Amino acid sequence: MKADASRQIGHQHMPSEHGQPHGRPIRKKRAWHLGTVLLHLALILGSVVMVFPFLWTISSSLKDISQIFMMPPSWVPDPFVWSNYVDTLRAMPFDVAYFNSFYISIVVVVASLLTCSLAAYAFAKIKFPGAGIVFILFLSMMMIPKQVTIVSLYVVIQKLGWVDSHLSIIMPAAFFNAFGVFLLRQFMMGIPRDLEEASIMDGANPLRIYWNVMLPLVRSALVAFGIFAFKDIWNQFLDPLIFLSTPERFTVPLMLNMFKGLYVADWALMMAGTAISVIPVLIVYVIAQRHIIEGIALTGIKG
Amino acid sequence: MHDRKRKWWGMLFILPQLIGLIVFALIPLVLTFVISMSEWDGFGTMEFVGFANFLEQFLDPDFKKAMVNTLYYSLLTIPSGIVLGLLLALAIHNIRGKTLYRLFFFMPVVTSSVSIGVIWIWLLNGDFGIINQLLGIVGITGPKWLTDTQWVIPSIAMLSIWWGLGFNMVIFLAGLQGISQTYYEAAVIDGASAFRKFWHITLPLLSPTTFFATIMATISSFQVFDQAFVMTSGGPAKASYTLVYHIFNRGFVESNMGASAAAATILFLMILVLTLIQFKFSRRWVHYEG
Repeated sequence: MKADASRQIGHQHMPSEHGQPHGRPIRKKRAWHLGTVLLHLALILGSVVMVFPFLWTISSSLKDISQIFMMPPSWVPDPFVWSNYVDTLRAMPFDVAYFNSFYISIVVVVASLLTCSLAAYAFAKIKFPGAGIVFILFLSMMMIPKQVTIVSLYVVIQKLGWVDSHLSIIMPAAFFNAFGVFLLRQFMMGIPRDLEEASIMDGANPLRIYWNVMLPLVRSALVAFGIFAFKDIWNQFLDPLIFLSTPERFTVPLMLNMFKGLYVADWALMMAGTAISVIPVLIVYVIAQRHIIEGIALTGIKG
Repeated sequence: MHDRKRKWWGMLFILPQLIGLIVFALIPLVLTFVISMSEWDGFGTMEFVGFANFLEQFLDPDFKKAMVNTLYYSLLTIPSGIVLGLLLALAIHNIRGKTLYRLFFFMPVVTSSVSIGVIWIWLLNGDFGIINQLLGIVGITGPKWLTDTQWVIPSIAMLSIWWGLGFNMVIFLAGLQGISQTYYEAAVIDGASAFRKFWHITLPLLSPTTFFATIMATISSFQVFDQAFVMTSGGPAKASYTLVYHIFNRGFVESNMGASAAAATILFLMILVLTLIQFKFSRRWVHYEG
């Protein structure tokens, strides 16, 4: 903290010291103060704490029984037991779970992007009777945690005949996202009216304006919300746990939960199953980290 | 001229989400209140019983246990999660290698509760877990984390902080980015110390972010379920049995829908009241610019 602040001072001195506000800022040679070094050490230690559980999972997943209980622990498996992964995939159809999670998430994200942005556009730019009260309804529903209504949502899903069907996961997520409506409305409110005005003069109908003018203008918000929604639906646990019972329809978290129940003492296999659930996610994360972090941050803050 | 037509378009545009809101949120909410005042097994006929279910909850030792556990968990996770997130954001805000640190600290946020849960069952295993082995190297005999009634909630709290730290960090980083440098420049001219700048500039200007993060953390900590379900099944001896676990158990395991809905209603009211209190107190410490 202190080191951080003192460096900030140094930073602010720069323009006056060098007196060239227009030139490229000249990087002052940073002396490696003790504080800075300690800060980096603490952060590196912290980073290890954050990443180590994943590395240990992968390491454990490649060990055999004799290695996994070894004391003191062996950090690197010797030999690498790749067959743990084959055994895991043979025991549990993670490929099917991946397919389910993937298509459910894609459908939900595309559908909720459409429905939320449509509603957001209406709330932001169109005057229609009841807009105020309906918007307040959306805001208040946003405040209600899902867990509160889970029992009666089950009753509703049952009446609709969607129990143990993917519709039970897809439909509520695709057609009800008060937060998404609110978020996209916030962004659309910031778009100046004259950008639409020309199209309105040309007699374009609101659907065309929404599609051709508004959506391109809020593309970054759509991407951010899309990422946020994808992460949410992919990692969702309580809803699938309650609604789905046939293993062939399970999503990845649900499949891992079942796998854990069946192989509770076989640590190497359990870690292989966990690695299968986590490695693809982490690969996508590392590749698209900037978009993912900023997307989640943006949606988190605007909400 | 176009206005009348536009009005219809507007109503059409909100229709998909409005139908969804009615079917998947409004009806379930009303239904929750109705069920909470009924005796119902989920199949037969509902019988109106007034506030009996609520009374029963307050006398139910399981409900009490769930309440105590949830409050304890919240107390352990909310303040430390916020403080750690803030310190972390301050630490990496202007540092070389910020992107890399951010990458590492945010990593757990994208993974699912079940993956996290299973990983930590293994790390915290009392006999063979790596954490106790590492503690053993420095001569500490670690507790049986997840199978010890005293340690199970602190264990789950610990991994939840680890899981959510990156999210808080990113929220605070965005908050820090929003603070205009001119304040610091003025403070430098006044010869303010680093601590004074933090205390009189950073903290007050960051207060809306802190407020937001606190509200989010409160709501999510009262909803804790996944970790307890995956890692300990609420045990040992219900030591990690939480409110949402109770709602789940009464409703979907015991088919006592009335009790489940009553507990859910109490949870809802608790979150509502806590949020309102936080909003009320926020006037004292949250500073909005302009």
